[in-house]
Amino acid sequence: MADLAIETQGLVKVYGATRALDGIDLAIPRGGVHGFLGPNGAGKTTAIRILATLIRPDAGTARVLGRDVIHQAHEVRSLVSLTGQFASIDEDLSGRENLRLIAKLYGYGGASATGRADELLEAFGLDDAAAKQVKNYSGGMRRRMDIAASLVATPEVLFLDEPTTGLDPRSRNEVWDIVRALVAHGTTVMLTTQYLDEADQLADRISVIDHGRIIAEGTSTELKASVGAGSLHVRVMHRDDRERARGILIRELGVEVEAMSDPQALVAALEDRGRVTRAITALEDARIELAQLSLGQPTLDEVFLALTGHAAEPGDDAEEAA
Amino acid sequence: MTTQTAPQTAEAAPRPAAIASALASGSRPRRPGALSESLTFGWRALLKIKHSPEQLLDVTLSPVLMVLLFTYLFGGAIAGSVEDYIAFLAPGVLVQSVLIVSMYTGATLREDIDKGVFDRFRALPIWRPSALVGMLLGDTVRYTVAAAVTAIACLFIGWRPAGGVAGVAAGTAVMLVFAFALSWIWTFIAMLVSSQRALMGIAWIAVMPLVFGSNIFVDPSTMPGWLQGWVDVNPVSHAVTAVRDLMNGVSAGSELVWVAGWSAALVAVFGTLTMWRYRDPR
Repeated sequence: MADLAIETQGLVKVYGATRALDGIDLAIPRGGVHGFLGPNGAGKTTAIRILATLIRPDAGTARVLGRDVIHQAHEVRSLVSLTGQFASIDEDLSGRENLRLIAKLYGYGGASATGRADELLEAFGLDDAAAKQVKNYSGGMRRRMDIAASLVATPEVLFLDEPTTGLDPRSRNEVWDIVRALVAHGTTVMLTTQYLDEADQLADRISVIDHGRIIAEGTSTELKASVGAGSLHVRVMHRDDRERARGILIRELGVEVEAMSDPQALVAALEDRGRVTRAITALEDARIELAQLSLGQPTLDEVFLALTGHAAEPGDDAEEAA
Repeated sequence: MTTQTAPQTAEAAPRPAAIASALASGSRPRRPGALSESLTFGWRALLKIKHSPEQLLDVTLSPVLMVLLFTYLFGGAIAGSVEDYIAFLAPGVLVQSVLIVSMYTGATLREDIDKGVFDRFRALPIWRPSALVGMLLGDTVRYTVAAAVTAIACLFIGWRPAGGVAGVAAGTAVMLVFAFALSWIWTFIAMLVSSQRALMGIAWIAVMPLVFGSNIFVDPSTMPGWLQGWVDVNPVSHAVTAVRDLMNGVSAGSELVWVAGWSAALVAVFGTLTMWRYRDPR
């Protein structure tokens, strides 16, 4: 039990008529990154806020590193850190003052609080901006500041709620590097994201969450495998050849081949990648010229669509209930 | 894990190696005590004043305006002359300025909740009320400024407190204790409502009967009976009488007991309610 970072049973949280969490069961081992993937309003933030002891569940139990989030909340707080979706730092204070404040609250004395603050500012590339008020920081700097504030006392579990939402690609890569450094140190990172490539890049295991329920769980490879072995995209050179090519592919691949609206394109969802070579040879033997040929892994987008019946694109719906 | 080379641009990038070493050295010192944690939050409130001193404008200007307004506009009508009225009004208007300033404590708290910084504090392994207690302690600085400015304005107009410096200081101390206790009403409302605007609306409605339904501006003997009844139980009246007595060099006696009792009751009731909401605020 103690080697589980997070363990929940039947976690429920209701806001008015909305069941933000509708029975969540998790068993997340220590170490690595666990991704919580889902669209806006799926319940990701609610789940993380319960685990970080910020809100209390209406039903069910949750344990973090073996401690109950309600009855041992104080112990949980001393082992975890949370970086919320919105900058959870004081914008009126400078970066250094923010970190000194938190260091003091953890029990660092005056000089060692300043030392700790400066160590983190330097590591996060914020030393030049240390004396500036946080409200003058760029989005990427603010995010780094926010994560730095969560690491003043090294947590065993770090919750990152949509750490890269709204960041430019470079800042996003920087946050990813930070997450990798945390994992290398041994911190368990629990990350929510609505970006499929982010979960793909960072997470060892992913829980897909939708309407307050976990609808799938596994490594990104496993999740992809659950919707098939990928897809074959073919474009014939001459549109007259398309029907003939389709017949050959159906015969050789043993799956349905879909004709796309592009009059030259065909797509097949594969069950067995091994048969692709033979299919291509057969097309060649039939003297069908190909303009384009590609073999793709299914994307997590396709996974999400297959699992939920709707796309995972960030919607415009109201922000998740806090 | 890939270690990317930092791009050679003006804006500094995080350094994974330095982050790793910072993580390794992040052992936790011994937990500080409740008082030390509260004082740290008080320090935060002072830092905020340091960064935007203009937030002291409301605590300095509005009390001066109040003093001028009431002494010159109503002084003659109420007490016959400005000089007579200021002796009566000054201690009361001091209390009034502090009470009105105290509402901004609730506004600050609401802002912290809305901006998310409050979540950070709530997720820390500290004595839970410390963020609020510290905020209120920091605000006593603002209250003191408000009181000092009001006192100076009154002195300028011709107020000569019989209690002298010691009496004024004792009266101010009583007032700060009372304001600290009363502020828990504002923190509780801040936890209940969902916006700063709603908070200020409710706070003003609450503060009006407290301030005007009291003996701050006029002697209650001219009021109708039902109003006198309210003025007599209004905790603000007791605070004002105690402060007035101390500043006028008269023994405050039983009024001090009243103020202490009310203060304790306010903290007990609204402090508890605030902390109850603190577990799961909106």
